[in-house]
Amino acid sequence: MSESNATASATASESTTPSDGSSGAPLLEVRGLSVVYETSSGTVTAVDNVDLTVNRGEFVAVVGESGCGKSTMLFGIAQLLMSPAKISSGEVIFRGENLVTMNDKELAPVRWRNLSVVMQSAMNALNPVRRIGAQYADTMKAHGVKSKATIRSRSEEVLALVGIDKIHLESYPHQLSGGMRQRAMIAMALLFAPELIIMDEPTSALDVVAQRSLMLQIKELQQQLGFAVLFVTHDMSLVSHFSDRLLVMYAAQEVEFGETRAVFDAPKHPYSEGLLDAFPSIRGPKVPLIGIPGSPPALSAMPPGCRFEPRCPLAYADCKVVEPELYTVDDVLARCLLYSPDHRPKEPAGPIDPTAKGSEP
Amino acid sequence: MSTPILEARGLTRVFRVGGFTNRSELHAVDDADFVINESEIVALVGESGSGKSTIARLLAQVYTPSSGEILFQGTPLPQLRSRHDQMRYRAAVPMVFQDPFSSLNPSYRVSHGILRGLKLHRPDLDASGRRAEAERVTEVVGLSPASEMLEKYPYEMSGGQRQRIGFAQALAYRPKVILADEPVSMLDISIRIGLLNVMEKLRDDEQVSLLYITHDIASARYVADRMMVMYAGRVVESGPVEEVLQESEHPYTQLLVAAVPDPRTKLTMTAKQAAGEPPKVVNPKPGCRFADRCPLVREVCRHVTPPLLELQPGHEVACHVAAENAGRAEDSMGAAA
Repeated sequence: MSESNATASATASESTTPSDGSSGAPLLEVRGLSVVYETSSGTVTAVDNVDLTVNRGEFVAVVGESGCGKSTMLFGIAQLLMSPAKISSGEVIFRGENLVTMNDKELAPVRWRNLSVVMQSAMNALNPVRRIGAQYADTMKAHGVKSKATIRSRSEEVLALVGIDKIHLESYPHQLSGGMRQRAMIAMALLFAPELIIMDEPTSALDVVAQRSLMLQIKELQQQLGFAVLFVTHDMSLVSHFSDRLLVMYAAQEVEFGETRAVFDAPKHPYSEGLLDAFPSIRGPKVPLIGIPGSPPALSAMPPGCRFEPRCPLAYADCKVVEPELYTVDDVLARCLLYSPDHRPKEPAGPIDPTAKGSEP
Repeated sequence: MSTPILEARGLTRVFRVGGFTNRSELHAVDDADFVINESEIVALVGESGSGKSTIARLLAQVYTPSSGEILFQGTPLPQLRSRHDQMRYRAAVPMVFQDPFSSLNPSYRVSHGILRGLKLHRPDLDASGRRAEAERVTEVVGLSPASEMLEKYPYEMSGGQRQRIGFAQALAYRPKVILADEPVSMLDISIRIGLLNVMEKLRDDEQVSLLYITHDIASARYVADRMMVMYAGRVVESGPVEEVLQESEHPYTQLLVAAVPDPRTKLTMTAKQAAGEPPKVVNPKPGCRFADRCPLVREVCRHVTPPLLELQPGHEVACHVAAENAGRAEDSMGAAA
C-alpha cells in the first residue's frame, strides 16, 4: 500500500471484516454499566448506570470534565479495569457477546483483532527500549501471526496508512515526535483492522496543529477502513466536526446523548450548554463568558437530587431533592428535570432553548 | 509614548546540546524584539518547543540571555545589580506556573506563600498589614470569604482555586507584569474562563500587565490586547490581537488560526495542510524556518532570514511574501530582492 492511499478517501465497505451475522444490531451495546472503586472509606461509583450504543462505522465521542468517569467507562468497556475498580453491574455486548462475563482466555481472541485501544499518552504506552517494528511484531505474534514476511509487510502497510515512512519501524519511540508517536500508536491499533477502536484522549498531549491533523487523519482512515470509534476527550470543540454522536458525562452519569450536531446547535442539558459557552471563539464578536462556576462534586459525596444542581444556573427547588432520569427531548436524551413530565418548574425559569421549550408536552 | 515596562532587544538564548564530539547549538529563542506596556495583556502563542517558555524564563531571570538584552523600565537588567534593585525587579515581574497542583507547597496553608512573599517584598507592612493585604489579594482573584480560604491547605482546594492562589501570590508583590506560563491549560474547560476573567480584572482594576503564554489561541483572543506568534524560536507575527487573527499576514499564523477547533464554524483545513512539524532549531542556517511547511515558499525564503517588519502600524510580520505584498520586499530580502 502506498502512502497516497492514506489521502485517497476510498470509502471501502466493512464487508471484509468478519461479521457475526447480526447486521442490524449495533456493534457495541453498553447496558446499565456501573463501575465502582472499593476504597478504604467505602465504595464510590465512578460510572453510574451508563447506556451507550456504537453502530458499525460510527464515530461516538464522550466528553466531560476530568474525574467525571469517562476514562473509567472506557476501561470498563474494554475490560481493562484493575482493582480496586470493578464492574458492579451492567453488560457490554460487543458483536453479540457479553464481554463482562468473559474471562481473559475468552477475551484474548477479541482483543486487538476486533477491538483495539489507543491510550492517552503514546510515550507511556509504547515501550521506550524497543523499536516500533519489534513492538508491532510482538502484538502480531501474540495473536497468532507467525510469518516474518507477513508481519513485516503488514507493519509497513499500517505505518503507510498513518503517513509515516516505513524506515521508522527501526526507530525507537523517543526518536519520533509527539504527533508521530501518537500516529504510530494508531497504526498499531490498525494491525488487525478491528471493527472498533477505543481512543482515550489520543490528541490531548499535542499542539493545535498536530491535534487537528491527527483528527483529520483518524476520520479519513475511518472512512477508508470502516471501523467504529469510541473517542473520549475533555475538549468538546475538538470533536464537533468529527463525531456522529456525542455523549456528555457529568459526575459519573450520562447527562446528554444525541447527534453531535443537535447537541452543539441546541444543547438540552444546562451542563452541556455551560460547556459550550465556556469556549471563547476566535471569530465573530467578543462576548464576555462566565464558564461554569464551582467544581464537580466528589464521587464520595454526591448531591441527593440532580448532581449538577449546585452549579446549575437554572436550578429550582425540585432539583435539590428529585434525581432526574434521562428524558427524550427532540431525539436527544437529557438528564434534566426541565424535561420531566412531573417536576418541571411552575414557571419556565429561563428556558435553555426558547424555541423548543414552549412546545414541550 | 511612555517607556514600556519590559522591552526585549534581539533577545537570544542558545542551549548547548549533544556530547563531546557532536556539540551543537539549539536556538530556543532567536533575535526576539518585543515590548510589554502598562496595563496590557500580551499573549504569546505557538506550538510546544517554539520558545515561549524560554522567553518567560529569560524575563524571570531563570536563564540569562546568550545575546540581546532585556530592559526594565528603560534600564538594562544587568545594571540592576544591588540586592534592592534585584528584589524590586523580582517583585515587579513575578511568575504564575502551569501546574497548580505542584506549584503550591502541600504542607502549608495557602496563606503561607502569600504572607512570605509579602514579608520579603513589602517591608513597609506589619503583621496585621500583611494579613489584610493577603485577604485583599485573595478577594481580588475571586476567592471569598478570603479569611477562610487563606486557612485552607492546597489539597482542600480545586485546581481552579489553587491557580487563583497562584495569581494572588503574584499580585501581593504589587507587580508590573505577571508572567503567566500556560496558567489555565491544566484546568478543566468549565473553569478556565473564570481564570481568564481574573486576568482581565487584574489588568483593569489593578493596572497589572500580563504576558499570557498559551497554545490556546481562542483564549488568547478572549483576554489579550496584543498577540505575538512564535515559530521555532522566532517571533513571526505580532500586533493587535484582532488584526493578527482576522488579517493574519504570516502563513504560519494562518495555519494556526485554521487549526483552532471552533464548533460554531465549518472546518476549513485539510490533512495535507496540517502535515509537518516545527523543526528542531539546531545549528540553524539563514532562511525562514517555516519554509519547509509554507505553501507560499520562494527560493529566497530558504537563504535569507526574514526580519520582523512593521507592515501596518503596530502589526509586525516576518515573511518575505507578506513584505513584498506590502511593497517592502527590499527591506525584507535585502540584496536578494
